[in-house]
Amino acid sequence: MTALTNTQLSHFSAQLSAETLLEMYWYMLLARRTDERAWLLHRQGKIAFHISGMGHEATQVGAAFAIQRGVDYVAPYYRDLALCLAIGITPRDFMLSLFGKAGEITSKARQMPSHWSHKPLHILSTSSPVATQVPQAAGLAFAIKYKRENGLIDPNDASQPRLALTCLGEGSTSQGEWHEGMNWAGVHKLPFICIVQNNNYAISVPIEQQMAVSHVAERASAYGVLGVTVDGTDVLAVYDVMRAAVERAYNGEGATLIEAKCYRLTPHSSDDDDRTYRPREEVEEAKRADPILRFERHLLERGILTEALKQEYEQRVRQSVDEAQRYAENAPYPEESSLYEDVYMTT
Amino acid sequence: MPEMTLIDAIREAMDEELARDPRVFITGEDVGKRGGVFRATMGLYQKYGEKRIVDSPLAELSIVAIGIGAACAGLVPICEIQFADFIHPAFNQIVNEAAKMYYRSGGTWNVPLTIRAPYGGGIGGGLYHSQSVEAFFTHVPGLKVVIPSTPYDAKGLLKSAVRDPNPVLFFEPKKGYRSIKGEVPEGEYTVPLGKARLARQGSDLSVYAYGMMAHYAVQAAEQVAREDGIQCDVVDLRTLLPIDKETILASFKKTGKALIVYEDNLTMGYGAEIAAILSCDGFEYMDAPIMRLGGPDVPAVPFSHPLQEAFMPNPHKIAAAIRQLAAY
Repeated sequence: MTALTNTQLSHFSAQLSAETLLEMYWYMLLARRTDERAWLLHRQGKIAFHISGMGHEATQVGAAFAIQRGVDYVAPYYRDLALCLAIGITPRDFMLSLFGKAGEITSKARQMPSHWSHKPLHILSTSSPVATQVPQAAGLAFAIKYKRENGLIDPNDASQPRLALTCLGEGSTSQGEWHEGMNWAGVHKLPFICIVQNNNYAISVPIEQQMAVSHVAERASAYGVLGVTVDGTDVLAVYDVMRAAVERAYNGEGATLIEAKCYRLTPHSSDDDDRTYRPREEVEEAKRADPILRFERHLLERGILTEALKQEYEQRVRQSVDEAQRYAENAPYPEESSLYEDVYMTT
Repeated sequence: MPEMTLIDAIREAMDEELARDPRVFITGEDVGKRGGVFRATMGLYQKYGEKRIVDSPLAELSIVAIGIGAACAGLVPICEIQFADFIHPAFNQIVNEAAKMYYRSGGTWNVPLTIRAPYGGGIGGGLYHSQSVEAFFTHVPGLKVVIPSTPYDAKGLLKSAVRDPNPVLFFEPKKGYRSIKGEVPEGEYTVPLGKARLARQGSDLSVYAYGMMAHYAVQAAEQVAREDGIQCDVVDLRTLLPIDKETILASFKKTGKALIVYEDNLTMGYGAEIAAILSCDGFEYMDAPIMRLGGPDVPAVPFSHPLQEAFMPNPHKIAAAIRQLAAY
C-alpha cells in the first residue's frame, strides 16, 4: 500500500454522501471548539489540566468514519478527543472529566481528562504510560480472530467487532510495548490497525531523536505488516487509507500501520510551554495549514458547505459546548465513598 | 483417591477448564508442542489444538498485554510466564494495566486473566531461575496473588483463578512440581480464593507459610512434634492477596507465638505484613516476639550448590526456628 497514491484510493471518499461529509466536518468542528474551551477553562483557573488534540482532527475523524463506530474496538490515546467524540463520547462527558465531577463516564472521575474509556462503545480504557494500549489492542484483535476460528461468534453478526484500532504518537513508537504489539499483529495476521499520529514532537523531543528512519511507516515491513504514510491534515486522504486498511482487516488480510503526518497546534498540555523548543514561524505555518480550514475550503468549493450553514454549525457547536460546560460546572463532586469502589469485580 | 504430583494437578485443572469453557485459552513461551519447559501444558496442544494453546513470541510483556486485551474482549486467558524471574518486563502491564483496569474504567472493563509462573529456589537455577516475586505484586490492590503448596489446592485454586473476573497471579513452587505429591479427587471441585488453610494443628505456636515453605513447615512441625513434643499450628496462606486475616488471627489467638517463613529476601518481604497484622490486631494475645525466617538480603539465589543451600530455608532451619521460638 505504500506504493499506492491517494488518487488510487480516492474511490472510497468519492462515495461519501454530502450528508456524511458534513457530519465529518461537524465532529472536527465540535472537537476543535471543545478543545479551545478546555484551554480557556484552564487559563481561567477553572480546571487543573488539559491535553489537546488540536491539529489532529482530520486524522481522527477520517479514521473514525472508516470503521464501524461503536462496534469495532478502539484503544485510543490522550489526543483522541475528535476520534472519541465521533464514536459517541459527548462534550458533556468530556467536560465532566475536565472538572472531575460525579457522573463522569470513563472512570468515575478517577482518571485525568482524556484518558478515554467507554465499554458500551467498545472504547478500551487507557492509562498514561504511552504505548501500553498497543499490545492490548492486539489482544482485542486476537480475541476477534479467536472467536471466529473457534466458532464462538457468527462471522456475519454485525453487532460484533471485526477489528481493533489503536492510536499513539510517533514518540511512543520508541517503546518496547509498541514493538511487541506490532509483532503479535504481524505474526498472527490480526485484524488490527495502528495509527501513528506523527506530529514531529514528543513533548519537546523532535522525531530525529526518536528514530533513525524518516518515516514511521517504514518500520511496518519489520513486522510483516503493511505500512503507509498519509497526510494527516487531509481528512479524506486519511479516510481513504483507513478504508483500505479496514477492508484488509475485515477480509483477514492482516494488520496495517498508518502514519498520519500532522502538527500539534498547541503545547503538549496545559502545563507545557512550547516556545522553548518550537520556532514560532513553524507553528504559524502549521496554523495556516489547519486541517479544519482545509476541509472547510474543500466543502465550500464543492458547494456542500455554504457560509450560512457554516455559521449555523458554529452556533450549534457553541450551544453544545456551553451546555456541556454548564452541566459539568453545576454537577456535584463524587462521593468520598466512591474512592473504595471497583477495586475488585465481584460475581 | 488417586495421588498425583503438583504439576499433574495444575495440568489437570487447565485441561478441565479448557474442556469446560471454549473461551479459555493458553499462551506463553513453549506452551504448545513442547508442552511448557516444565511440562505444565503437556498434551494440551495435541488435545485442544494450536488455536487454543498458542506459543507466544519470546516477549513477556506482550504475553500479559495480549491476555489483557483478550480478557477485555470476553476471552479467558491463562498466560504462562516461563519463570517468575522473567515477569519483570511485564510488570507495567500487570501493575499499571491489569490491576487498575477495573478501577480506572469506573467498574466497566474487567480483566479475567490468570498469569501462571513457576517461582522459587532450590533447583540450581541461579539468580534468574529462582526468584520469589510475590511481594512486588501483593502490594497492588486490584490483583489477586495465589500460591498453592499441595496438589489438591493447586487444582482447586487454579480453577477458581481461571473463573475469577479479576487478574490473578498464580505462582507455583517449582521445586515441588514433582516432589510434592498428594491426593486429588476425581472430577469437579474448586478451592475458594482468599482463604488460608490450617495444614496442621497444635497449640504451642503458629507457623505461617506458603508454597514450598508451607510444605517444608509441615515437615518441620512433624519433626519437632516427634523429637521435642512441640505442637504447631501450620497455616498455609494459599491466597496472599486478598489476605485471610481471620484464619491468621484465629491461630495466633490460640498460640500467642508466630513464626513466618518465606524464601524471598527477608526485608520488606510478605512476612512483614503478617507480622504487622499480628502485632496490630493480635497484640493482647502475643506471648513472644514475632519471628521471621526468610532468605538473606542478598540480590538473589546463587547458582553454586552450597551457596544456594545457605540461601534457602529448609525443614531443618524451620525446625531450629520453631525450637527457638517455643523456648521463649
